[in-house]
Amino acid sequence: MSWQDWTGWRLAGLTTVVWLGTVAASVPAIAQGTLRIAMTATDVPTTTGVPNNGFEGVRFMGFTAFDALVNWDLSKADTTADIVPGLAESWQQDAGDRKKWTFKLRSGVSFHDGTPFNADAVIWNLDRTFKQGAPQFDPQGSAINRGRPTYLAEDGYRKVDDSTIEFTTTRPISYFPYVLTTLFYVSPTAFEKAGSWAEFAKAPVGTGPFQVQNFKPRISVDLVKNAGYWDKARVPKLDKVVLFPMPEANTRLAALRSGQVDWIEVPPPDSINGLKQAGYEVVANSYPHVWPWVLNTAKADSPFRDAKVRQAINYCVDRDGLVALLAGTAEPSVGFFKKGDPRFGSPKNDYKFDPAVAKKLLAEAGHGTGKTVRGKIMISTSGSGQMLPLPMNEFLQQSMKQCGFDISFEVVEWGTMLVAFRAEPTAPQAINSDAMNISLVSSDVSMVVRWFYGDNATPQGSNWGHWRSPEFDALLRKMEGASNQDESRKALAAMHEILVDDAPWVWIVHDRNPRAMTKQVQGFVSAQSWFQDLTRVWIK
Amino acid sequence: MWFFIARRVLYAVPILLGVSFVVFLLMKMVPGDAADILIPPEAPKEVAAMIRARFGLDQPIHIQYLRWLQAMASGDFGVSIFTNQPVADELFGALANTLKLALPAAFLGCSLGMLLGVLAASYSGTWLDKLFSVVAITGVSLPHYWVGMVLVATFAVVLNVLPGQGMGPEGFPWTWEHAKHLILPVITLSLIPMGVVSRLVRANVLEIRSMEFVSALAAKGLMGRRVLFHIMKNAAPSALALMGLQLGYLLAGSILVETVFNWPGSGSLMNLAIFRRDIPVLSATILVLATIFVAINILVDVLQALIDPRLRR
Repeated sequence: MSWQDWTGWRLAGLTTVVWLGTVAASVPAIAQGTLRIAMTATDVPTTTGVPNNGFEGVRFMGFTAFDALVNWDLSKADTTADIVPGLAESWQQDAGDRKKWTFKLRSGVSFHDGTPFNADAVIWNLDRTFKQGAPQFDPQGSAINRGRPTYLAEDGYRKVDDSTIEFTTTRPISYFPYVLTTLFYVSPTAFEKAGSWAEFAKAPVGTGPFQVQNFKPRISVDLVKNAGYWDKARVPKLDKVVLFPMPEANTRLAALRSGQVDWIEVPPPDSINGLKQAGYEVVANSYPHVWPWVLNTAKADSPFRDAKVRQAINYCVDRDGLVALLAGTAEPSVGFFKKGDPRFGSPKNDYKFDPAVAKKLLAEAGHGTGKTVRGKIMISTSGSGQMLPLPMNEFLQQSMKQCGFDISFEVVEWGTMLVAFRAEPTAPQAINSDAMNISLVSSDVSMVVRWFYGDNATPQGSNWGHWRSPEFDALLRKMEGASNQDESRKALAAMHEILVDDAPWVWIVHDRNPRAMTKQVQGFVSAQSWFQDLTRVWIK
Repeated sequence: MWFFIARRVLYAVPILLGVSFVVFLLMKMVPGDAADILIPPEAPKEVAAMIRARFGLDQPIHIQYLRWLQAMASGDFGVSIFTNQPVADELFGALANTLKLALPAAFLGCSLGMLLGVLAASYSGTWLDKLFSVVAITGVSLPHYWVGMVLVATFAVVLNVLPGQGMGPEGFPWTWEHAKHLILPVITLSLIPMGVVSRLVRANVLEIRSMEFVSALAAKGLMGRRVLFHIMKNAAPSALALMGLQLGYLLAGSILVETVFNWPGSGSLMNLAIFRRDIPVLSATILVLATIFVAINILVDVLQALIDPRLRR
């Protein structure tokens, strides 16, 4: 035998033997009533009762394992979700001093460890976020909780009795209960046993319909049914939910189609027809999300300082074309709220793709025939709620040429965009951009204040474009101080009319929150909310 | 020999210091720090200041760097700014996950690479040589994340015989349930080492085979396997160096392959830390990976010197 033959056959034999381990696969048995969900998050959201990873974190690691004093009603698909009593049975604004609110706590509620939920537990949890000297003070948790404005005054909460808490706000805030929906309550006893938030995260204890188990950072976490949940109508039908962080869309798709998970968040738009044909359920519904361009009105040479240019660009968005590009996973946006929402009001401008109107407005603004309006837009490669920023923006760039807009992009990664969004629009972080494409929450009225109130300009607040309208700000104060809902709603609708007509943002699309699941997943109601109720779901 | 090893280890110290310094510097060149990403503008400034002070982000970069170096030297890897979990737990957990992929991928890639390289050289100029060369070049040329996606589409989605994502159960991978999660990512990761090792081995074997000492050995009547032994011994040092480098790359974790297969290894940990500007996690990860890379290279140097005494001089 020559050395060539010896080499070839011996080495081939060795390799074959080593890799003969690949025999037929077997599918693991899944316990009845286990729902496996692939999230878009890059990590398991923090389990300490202050979920990170944005509102997706709150969706899966907020209302599942914990409760707030005020929860969301996620039982309906046909109307925008509104608030319902959670750990508080009722609340009342003081008619004499409208900065004071009294919350009556729900009786008979226990944490998962059996310890009682009461006013002491509420104060202990509030100290975790607001009292820097407290042993349980949690800097990272505090930053997240207080990053969503709470309007609480210094020492703005106190125990009245075992089942009553009084809050004091810095100014009258008619929508105060809404800002309490993301403050969750955990067991003080469990924290004291754990000794630190890092340890508590491994076996967290809340009051929610599910209990956290098997927390494996970056891999998965189990949510196990809490059979003793206080709301008997919402005791989970499932035994267990397993959450997997899976940021790559095609990986999520493959996991669903290969049977590794039962439910995926945000399937790639071009996969939706195939999924439907293959017998999967694709659920999408309207929800309070906006995918806009936030216009820079502070930069000296920004074309968007002029309201007519802002209106013109809103008449130059081919929304229907964009929706078609996204296979119907979005809907056209012509305002912060959606048409048909009572808060939308009756603005003068009804934006549609109309290059003639856009050109006319540009001419009135001094950009006559033959002149182009140049704008540089900061866009991200990906990011929370950003949908498909690159193809979507390229589509807009093309369609806007028809009206005389010459759009260029500053492409950054998501972290860089977040840093820029929190700085002034004229700061170096903005890289001389005239607008920023960042998707933002429109879940409730507090978000209108957050993004548009003149006094909330960055870096103190989140009004990045520094748009300011005295008329809007006056209505906002009126809405905040309203003594009844009618007065508040009227002021809000008038505010929204200004938002549409003065157009601080380019209104482009609202996401429709698509998710795909197997036919075995039953009972899911796609609420018009960032959050969803998993307690109603079961596996056939 | 001991002097040789000591010298190699000493060389590693400035390399690692250089790596750690460059990483620190690069993170400072990126706009914003972890606190900027973690903390919305509405959060009180004193909370932001507290977080910055706790992680030393309020200090000048050289102080931050020296403090970190001191902590690392004493075995304190710090705490993640985002998760509050000890960096050592996150890092060594991720590294163990990457090892589960890297070791079999390196073994498969290098063994197949050697096999194809030797076979191609043995049948040099024939259609078999061309076939093996095409396989090797294809392995190097195809983007491995694309290969990963094709494998997932074929074996997980269409045939549904292997899982397309995740690591399966925890623990040492000795059951079929573990192994089946390894197959697709290991094959994907092994393509590049297979290709590059194969090309090098083929070239080396051909070069050595044309040397006079091989003809002399054959003329003396040595059997085929003895001749091969001498050829392989002469080809081994450069092949070993290449395999060491490949193992180092694999241990660093492939961000792309780990993303496609949702594998919670060191590549995906590093990726997450970069996007979050989580400096404690990123700095420790890069330093540990650089240490592993340097250690593998020292090991390869030593092995080369053992095989070929001329290298010890």
